[in-house]
Amino acid sequence: MIPTGDSTPETDGATERRKKSKKPNYSRFTQQELPACKPLLTPTIVISTFILIGVLFIPIGLASLSASGNVVEIVYRYDIDCIPQQSQDDKLAFIQSSVTNKTCTTTFNVPKNMKAPVHIYYELDNFYQNHRRYVKSRNDKQLRSKAYELETTNCAPEATTPDGSPIVPCGLIAWSLFNDTYSFATQSKVIEVNKKNIAWQSDKDHKFGSDVYPKNFQQGGLIGGAKLNESIPLSEQEDLIVWMRTAALPQFRKLYGRIERDLAANEQISVTIENNYNTYSFEGEKRLVLSTTSWIGGKNGFLGVAYLTIGSLCIFLAVAFIVLYLLKPRTLGDPSYLSWNRNPDGH
Amino acid sequence: MMKRFVYINDDSSQNLYCDNRISNRKYTILNFLPKNLWEQFRRFMNQYFLLIACLQLWSLITPVNPASTWGPLIIIFAVSATKEAWDDYNRYLSDKQANEKEVWVVKDGIRKHIKAQDIHVGNIVWLRENDEVPCDLVLIGTSEPQGICYVETAALDGETDLKTRVLPSSCIGLTPEQLHKIKGVIECPNPDKDIRRFDSNMRLFPPFIDNDLCPLTIDNTLLQSCYLRNTEWACGVAVYTGNETKLGMSRGVPEPKLTAVDAMIDKLTGAIFLFQIVVVIVLGFAGNIWKDTEARKQWYAQYPEDGPWYELLVIPLRFELLCSIMIPISLKVSLDLVKSIYAKFIDWDEEMYDHETMTAPHAANTAISEDLGQVEYILTDKTGTLTENKMSFRRCCINGTFYGNESGDALKDVELLNAVINNVPDVIRFLTIMTICNTVVPVRSMSGNILYKAQSQDEDALVNAAARLHMVLISKNGNSLEINFNGKLIHYEILDTLEFTSERKRMSVVVKDSEDGKILLLSKGADEAILPLSYAGQQIRPFVDAVDQYAQLGLRTLCLGWRELKDDEYKDWSQAFKEARSTLVNREWKLDEVCQRLEHDLEVIGVTAVEDQLQDGVPETIETLRKAGINFWMLTGDKQKTAIQIALLCNFISSEPRGQLLFINGKTEDEVLRSLERVLLTMKITSSEPKDLAFVVDGWALEIILKQYRSVFTELAILSRTAICCRVTPSQKAQLVELLKSCDYRTLAIGDGGNDVRMIQNADIGVGISGREGLQAARAADYSIGKFRFLKRLILVHGRYSYNRTAFLSQYSFYKSLLICFIQIFFSFFSGVSGTSLFNSISLMAYNVFYTSVPVLTVVLDKDLTEKTVMQNPQILFYCQAGRLLNPSTFAGWFGRSLYHALVVFLITVHAYADEKSEMEQLSMVALSGCIWLQAFVVTIEMNSFTIFHHLAIWGNLLCFYGLNLMISAIPSAGLYTIMFRLCRQPSYWITLFLITVVGMGPVLALKYFRYTYRSSAINILQQAERSRVATFSIRDLDSQLKSIEKDVGSLASRNKFKSSVYEPLITDSPTATRRAVGPSAFDFLQPAQSRDDQNAGLLEIVCMLTE
Repeated sequence: MIPTGDSTPETDGATERRKKSKKPNYSRFTQQELPACKPLLTPTIVISTFILIGVLFIPIGLASLSASGNVVEIVYRYDIDCIPQQSQDDKLAFIQSSVTNKTCTTTFNVPKNMKAPVHIYYELDNFYQNHRRYVKSRNDKQLRSKAYELETTNCAPEATTPDGSPIVPCGLIAWSLFNDTYSFATQSKVIEVNKKNIAWQSDKDHKFGSDVYPKNFQQGGLIGGAKLNESIPLSEQEDLIVWMRTAALPQFRKLYGRIERDLAANEQISVTIENNYNTYSFEGEKRLVLSTTSWIGGKNGFLGVAYLTIGSLCIFLAVAFIVLYLLKPRTLGDPSYLSWNRNPDGH
Repeated sequence: MMKRFVYINDDSSQNLYCDNRISNRKYTILNFLPKNLWEQFRRFMNQYFLLIACLQLWSLITPVNPASTWGPLIIIFAVSATKEAWDDYNRYLSDKQANEKEVWVVKDGIRKHIKAQDIHVGNIVWLRENDEVPCDLVLIGTSEPQGICYVETAALDGETDLKTRVLPSSCIGLTPEQLHKIKGVIECPNPDKDIRRFDSNMRLFPPFIDNDLCPLTIDNTLLQSCYLRNTEWACGVAVYTGNETKLGMSRGVPEPKLTAVDAMIDKLTGAIFLFQIVVVIVLGFAGNIWKDTEARKQWYAQYPEDGPWYELLVIPLRFELLCSIMIPISLKVSLDLVKSIYAKFIDWDEEMYDHETMTAPHAANTAISEDLGQVEYILTDKTGTLTENKMSFRRCCINGTFYGNESGDALKDVELLNAVINNVPDVIRFLTIMTICNTVVPVRSMSGNILYKAQSQDEDALVNAAARLHMVLISKNGNSLEINFNGKLIHYEILDTLEFTSERKRMSVVVKDSEDGKILLLSKGADEAILPLSYAGQQIRPFVDAVDQYAQLGLRTLCLGWRELKDDEYKDWSQAFKEARSTLVNREWKLDEVCQRLEHDLEVIGVTAVEDQLQDGVPETIETLRKAGINFWMLTGDKQKTAIQIALLCNFISSEPRGQLLFINGKTEDEVLRSLERVLLTMKITSSEPKDLAFVVDGWALEIILKQYRSVFTELAILSRTAICCRVTPSQKAQLVELLKSCDYRTLAIGDGGNDVRMIQNADIGVGISGREGLQAARAADYSIGKFRFLKRLILVHGRYSYNRTAFLSQYSFYKSLLICFIQIFFSFFSGVSGTSLFNSISLMAYNVFYTSVPVLTVVLDKDLTEKTVMQNPQILFYCQAGRLLNPSTFAGWFGRSLYHALVVFLITVHAYADEKSEMEQLSMVALSGCIWLQAFVVTIEMNSFTIFHHLAIWGNLLCFYGLNLMISAIPSAGLYTIMFRLCRQPSYWITLFLITVVGMGPVLALKYFRYTYRSSAINILQQAERSRVATFSIRDLDSQLKSIEKDVGSLASRNKFKSSVYEPLITDSPTATRRAVGPSAFDFLQPAQSRDDQNAGLLEIVCMLTE
C-alpha cells in the first residue's frame, strides 16, 4: 500500500487477505507444464533432412530447367541498329527530331518451332520505372472514375495544363508511355499481332474506368511518349494499362502483343520497327523479344540452376556430416562433456 | 522546523489546511490527454517514433503511407493510455468510495454525520469498533476506562498484530460530553511520511484544568487506514487530512529498476541507431550523386534544374524514413507483455506456494524477472529469512547457574522448576523481568485463554516461557499490569517505558510494585548493551561465558538486569524524560541520552537463550545456488557467534579443515585497518587453495571500514565469495548493497523484517519473505515469497527462463526489423538510390505489428531445459549471469543472419522474378512472403520446445498471412488487388519460396547442428542428456567425484579473473566476451562471432593458466 498507493486502504486490505488465503489455481498452462515436443538436432534427423532436401531439389531443378529450356526466345536489340549510320554520333538529336524517319526494318530467323501464342515483349534496360519520383507520379482515383477527373494529387509536374485543367491520365508514368511499334511479316504476308487482352483483366475492370477518356494528354510543351486516342476510354487503352503496371527492376519486359499462330523453325520474319522512344539520353537499351511460355514462365534458367546447385550442396553436406560422424563419433548428452565434470588437466 | 498549530474544534481556523478529500488520481478528464501524452513522450524511443511519423507527413519524402507508422504508434499509445486511464478510473472509484464514506464529526458541539471528504483539520472525529480511520487523528477519548484502544495497522505497515494506542495524559478521564466541547491546540510538525514518529505537544484550554504541555507520540495517534478493533468507540482530533496524512505522504511511485538486460537492449538500440545514421548518410550521399549524374538524364523523371534549398536533404530524409523500421517499434510493447507474463508465472507457481502460511509468491515488480537470472550476489538477512523466526526458549543462566544444559530445554529442567517452586529470589526476579520488560499485549480470547500479541518473536518466547514457569502475564491495561504467579496476583504500575531502538539495543521499563511501592528499573538487551552497565564490582565473567556458550550453539541470547530506583532519583529523571519526550527537534536522540542517565549500575541477573530453527531446505538451497555461481553474504543484526553457528548449520560456510574464517575486528581505526589488510592478504594467498574462505566483520569495524577504507574493502569484497556481517544496522546493510552494486555486480537482497527494507529497496532485486515480522519487507520488495527455499526456484527456474526468453525475443525483434530494412536498402540500389520502398504501406505495418510479432510471443512458453535438469545442474545459470545469450557478439550473429537472409530473399526474388514478371506489386509480395517464411522457420529452429501454442502461433500466423493478403487482394481499390491470387496460382512462386527457405535456413541448420554436436555448450549437452534419455548416467555421482576438481577450477578462475571476477564454474566455456567486458567500445559488430570460438578460447585460457 505504502509504496504504490494504487487503491484505497480498504480494498487493499481486503485483497491482501484474499490473496493470503488463495492458492494459485493449478493448470498445466500456469505451471508452464504444457505438453511439449522437444525435437533434438540428432545426426539422424539433420542428415536425413539434408538428404531429403537434396532428393527433392534435384528433380524440381531438372524439371524447371527443362521447362525453361523448352521455351523458345528471340531477343533482338534494336536501339542502335535502328539509328541510321549518319546519325550514330548524335542519336539524341535523331530521336528528338520530329522530321526524321524513324522506321527501321530487320529480319530474323526462327530457330525452333514456336507454338502459339507467341508473346511479343519490348524490353527496356536502365529504365527506372521504380524511381521514387516516377513510381508515385500517378493518381489511381483519377484513372478509376470520371468523377475524380480533377484528382491530380501526386501527379506533378504532369498534373494540369498551364491553364489549370487536369490532364487525364495525369502523372509522369502515363506521360512517358512507350511508343515504339512493331509489325511483323513473313515473305508473303503480314503476321497478325493481337493486341487485345495484353493487360490484366482485373486492371481493365477495376483500375481503369470505362468512362474515363484521355483529356489534355500530351498537349503541353514537353512531349513525353505516346499519345492516346481521346475517343477510347482508359479501360481499353491496353498499352497504357500494361505500361502503368510499373516494373520493380530497371531491366524489364512488357507485353506488346501476341502472335496467334505457330512460327515454324527457320521461318524468316521481317520486323518493321517504329523507333520513337527516347532511351538514348540515358543510355538505355531497347529489345524486341518473341517468346513462348511454359508452366514456369518465360526463359529463365535461374530457378533450375539454383535448385540443382542447392540440391547437390545438401547431398554434399549430408555426406560430409555422415563422414564427420563416422570419423568423430560423439555420444549425445554425455555428462562428461560438461565442463564442471571435466578435469581441466586432462583435456 | 516548520510546524502547524491545530486548534481543536475551532471552526474559524478550518480552512488553513486542505480538506480530507483523498485523491490518488494522476489525471482529470481535462488534462488526461495532454498529460498522458507528455508522460509518454518523455521516453526517447517515443520521441524518435513521433519524429519519424511527423516526417512521414511530408509527402515528398515519405516512402510509404504515413499510416504505416502512425498506425502502430497510435495503437501503442492508445494501449498505454487506455491502461493508464483504466487504472486512474479505478483509483477514482476507490477514492470516491473513501471520500463519500459517512463519518461522525462534532460540529457546533453536536455530533453529525458527514462525508469523510468534508473533515477538516481540527475536527473531532468519532469512530466505532471496526471503523476505518478516515484521516490522521490524535486520540482524545476512548470507551476503555484505562484510556487505551486497539488498532490494526496492517494496511499501513503490514503488521497484523493489534497495537495499543493510549490517550494523552491530559485527556484521561474526560466524559463524552466534555469531549464535545473540548478546546485546545496541538502543535505538530508539518506533514511527513514517517509512520513511526509523531513528535508533538498538546495544550488544552480552560476549563480543562490540565493546562500542562502534554507530549504526544505516535502512540497517541490513530493513523489513516488503520482499523479500530476491540474498542467500543474512540474519538480524536484530525491533524492531517486528505493527501497530507502519513499514508498519503508516503505514497509515491518508487524509482523504476532497470534490468541488465534492459540496459543491454538500450545499448544495442543505440548501436543500431548509429548504424542507421551511417546508412542514411552513405545512401543519402550516394542518392544525391546518382541524382546529379544519372537521374537528370532520365527525362521521364523530369528532375527540375533548380531544386528548392532543401533539395540535398530530401534523399537522406527519405532513407531515414525507410530505415526507421530498423528499430522495432513493437519491441517495447512485446517486452512489456512478456515481462508481465513472466511475473504472472511467478504468481501462479504452485511449487512456490507455502502451504504452512498459505502464502503465494508474488511479483510486485513485473519488469525485472530477467535480472533474477543474472544474480551474482545474494545478501541475506538471518533471522526469519534463513531461520523460521519461531523462537522457543531453550536455556538460561541465572546468576551463574545453567539451566537446560542437559535436556536442551530449560522448561523441562527439574532444577529450574524446583527453584521456581522454592521461590529462589534471583529466579523470581529473572522471571519477573521476562514477564514485564516487554511490549507484549495479553488479549483474552473468547474461550478465556490468554493470547499474547507481540511484535518481537523473542519477547513472545520469553513471556510464554515465563508463563510455563508459572509466572503468567494476565493483563496490561494502560499503566497497570497484572501477573499471576503460582496463583498469587501481583500488581505493578508501569511508570515509563524506555523503548528499544536498534542503536540502543536494549529496552527497559520502570515499574512500581503496588505492594511495597518500590520503584524498579528492569532492563533486557544484547550482551554488549547490558553487561557494560553492570554496577562496579559485579562479576560479569559468568555471563560472558554463558553468552559465549549459548552463541556457540546458535542460540539467541539476551541479558537481563535490574536496579531499584530511589524516589528522588526517579522523580528528577522522570522530569527530564518528560521534557525529552515533548521536544519536537531531535527527540529520538534526546530520549536516548536521557535513557542512558537511568540505565546504569544494573545488577545483571541472567542470560536467556532462545532457539530459532532453520527453515526447511535452507542448506540445500544455499548449496545449489552457490553451485550456480552465486555468492552469499549474510547480514545480520545478531551476534557474531550466533551468526557463525547458523552459517555453519546452513552450509553457508564449511567447518575447519575445508573452510576458514577470517575475522576483521578491532576497536580503533588502526586496528581495523591492520586486520582488514591481513585478511585481504590471506585471502589473496590462499585463494589458490581449495578452501572455502569467508570473512567475518562486525558492525563496529564495518562502520569504520565503510567510512575510511572503502577501496580496500571493495577489493576484499570482490575476492570473497562468502561474508558474514554481524551486528549491522539497517543503513549498513543498505550501504553494503550499494558497495557491491558500485562494483557492477547484480545483487539480490532477501529479508523479512522492517530492518531489511532499505537493503531490499537498494538492491537490484529485493525479495521479501512474508514472515512473522509482518509484511513490511514483503511490501517493499520486488518479489515476495513464503520461504527462503523458494529462492532457488525463483532464480534457477523463473529467472533463468525469463532471461533466456527475453534474450531471444529482443534479438529476434531486431533481426526481423533489420531483415526487412536490409531488403529495402538493397532495393534502393535497383531503384536509382531514390528511396523507393519495395513494400507497400500495409505490408510494412502488418509485418512489424502482426506477422512477426505474434509467433515470437510464444517464447514465453519456451523451455530449453526442464526445471529438473536445471535444479540438478545449477551451474548452467552461468550462461545467464555472464550474459552469454544477449551481448554484442550474439547480437552480431543475429545481425549477420538478418543480412544474410535479406541477401537471400532479395537476390532470389530478383532473379526468379526478372524480365516480364518484374511487376512491382508481385515482386514485393514474393519478397515479403520470403521474409515471412524465413522468420517462421527462424522461430522454429530457435525454439526448444513446442507446445500447441507454438504450432498455432507459428503455422497459424503463416496461414493468417495468406488469409489476410488474399482478403486484401479481393478488394478492387487496394493496390494489392488480385496479386495474391495470381501469385498463389504460379508454380514459380512456390518454387521460389521453397528455394528462399532452404537457402536461408540450410546454413543456419548446418551450423547449428555442427555446434550442437561438435562444439556443444553445456546447455546443449544437458538438452541432449535429458531428451535422449541416456538412462545409464547420473550426473550427481560424477558431481561428487569431481567436486574437488571443481574447487580447483573455481579458485583458478577467481584468481585469473581478478577484474572480471564472476565466479566461473564453466571455466572451459569462459567467454572472452562476458557481460562485464562489454564497454562502449565493444560495438564492433563485424568482429568475428566470438561465441563460436568460445570453446577454443576457453581451452587456450586453461593452457595459459597451467603454464603460468
